[in-house]
Amino acid sequence: MAARADELTRPAVRIEELTRTYGDRAVLDGLSLDIRREEFVALLGRSGSGKSTLLRAIAGLDHTVAGSGQLQKPDRVSVVFQDARLLPWRRILANVVLGATGSDVLERGRAALAEVGLAGRERAWPAELSGGEAQRAALARSLVWEPELLLADEPFGALDALTRTKMHTLLRELCARHRPAVLLVTHDVDEAIVLADRVLVLEDGAIGLDVRIDLPRPRSYRDPQVAEYREQLFAALGVVDDHEGTAQ
Amino acid sequence: MAETITRREFAAAKVTAAPRRRRSRGLAPGKRIPYARLLGPILLLGAWCLASGTGAMDPRTLPAPWTVVHTGAHLWTARTLPTDILASLRRAGYGFLIGAASGVVLALAAGLSRIGEALIDGTVQVKRAIPSLGLIPLFILWLGIGESFKIVIIAIGVFIPIYINTHSALSGIDSRYVELAEVVRLNRWQFIRQVVIPGSLPGFFVGLRLGVVGSWLSLVVLEQINATSGLGYMMFQAQNYGQTDVIVVGLLIYGVFGFVSDAVVRIIERRVLSWRRALTS
Repeated sequence: MAARADELTRPAVRIEELTRTYGDRAVLDGLSLDIRREEFVALLGRSGSGKSTLLRAIAGLDHTVAGSGQLQKPDRVSVVFQDARLLPWRRILANVVLGATGSDVLERGRAALAEVGLAGRERAWPAELSGGEAQRAALARSLVWEPELLLADEPFGALDALTRTKMHTLLRELCARHRPAVLLVTHDVDEAIVLADRVLVLEDGAIGLDVRIDLPRPRSYRDPQVAEYREQLFAALGVVDDHEGTAQ
Repeated sequence: MAETITRREFAAAKVTAAPRRRRSRGLAPGKRIPYARLLGPILLLGAWCLASGTGAMDPRTLPAPWTVVHTGAHLWTARTLPTDILASLRRAGYGFLIGAASGVVLALAAGLSRIGEALIDGTVQVKRAIPSLGLIPLFILWLGIGESFKIVIIAIGVFIPIYINTHSALSGIDSRYVELAEVVRLNRWQFIRQVVIPGSLPGFFVGLRLGVVGSWLSLVVLEQINATSGLGYMMFQAQNYGQTDVIVVGLLIYGVFGFVSDAVVRIIERRVLSWRRALTS
């Protein structure tokens, strides 16, 4: 009984004293962080502050980088990159189920495509998709794994504003349904506030600011409370918000 | 009255609004002409007929097309031509298969492991600087003047372009795809089958087309050195007897083989790389 309770309260990700160095420079310097199950965390930080380094460390994609520290993560981890990263020589469905196994893998792939609104495009080639569609397919690919942790590295950075807003809604829906823990790396402060339960600001290789966003959903950029959070985060990022409406 | 005027005006407006044929001013070469690649050879054939028919071309320099056809038919019924063609095809075929297979295997080995790269790539680059035909004397000493040395020389000629192009396509595979393969936990074999091989296919086909042409090229030279059968042998004999028409028959057959084999590779390429058409069309 106690073991079961422990299982439930155990965080999805536990990072202790994580250090990653490039040459002489410690990009991550003794960083510690817990991400709870089903928690949506957005990670902000100036360029070069180590956002991607942290994400890649959690994803296990940094074999060649020197470093130390403790890292616990769930078995099922999916990654969504800034580019959709679909293999151009595989049709969409084949891309979505890439690496997945099981007798029902194609069914799962179709279901995931339907969930992101790409039903009927299973046989399309990646080159035939628009940027937004390709990123939807990438989301579908991450869903096929039923991830306990979803790592997203500026997944909407290359999309136009309109498509990005639609993708925000889609991502929220998917998270509400599948309930993974999420770590979203972004440079868009508003995106972070609108989407996340908790926003982190990375500074000098460690967590500089850790804010819980206590707002009902759906959230709007125009909400005055969003503006308060925005100011707080801009201050932490060292940005002076001197013109109204940068968000839009 | 007023009504008719408006109607006429309406009609006039309609005429100007009708879509005119737009002249393409794009920088692309424009629409494809059907069977365009046959057009040049056919024109050349026409010029040849004309020159021979009007007597402008001395038959001792170049016999008329009909003479060549007649000679070809005669050689065919005398059973020497089919034997020669078969001998040539066998050499080119074996050499090509061996060269292509070793090109692909070594390109994979060099592209997928650092040790493989160190051992293979440098060696191939050195070999590349030595013309294959320059190896003929050495291989005759090693293997004797039989079929094997011919096949080996052809194989080497095919191997080089296939290796070079497959290897360069392979090492050019986007490292982001490697990362993706790690994220979706492909094992080494799945990674090779689903990422490396499809990713290097475009380069492989470039090499294949060069290799096919290369195999015919080596063949011509090889068959004129101490062969007792084959198209090159036939042409070499004809040279001794001053039979221009036989030489032309041989040249034409080489030409047809080269053209057909290239076309076959192109067709296969289009099928296999159909995902690229989505990009170019």
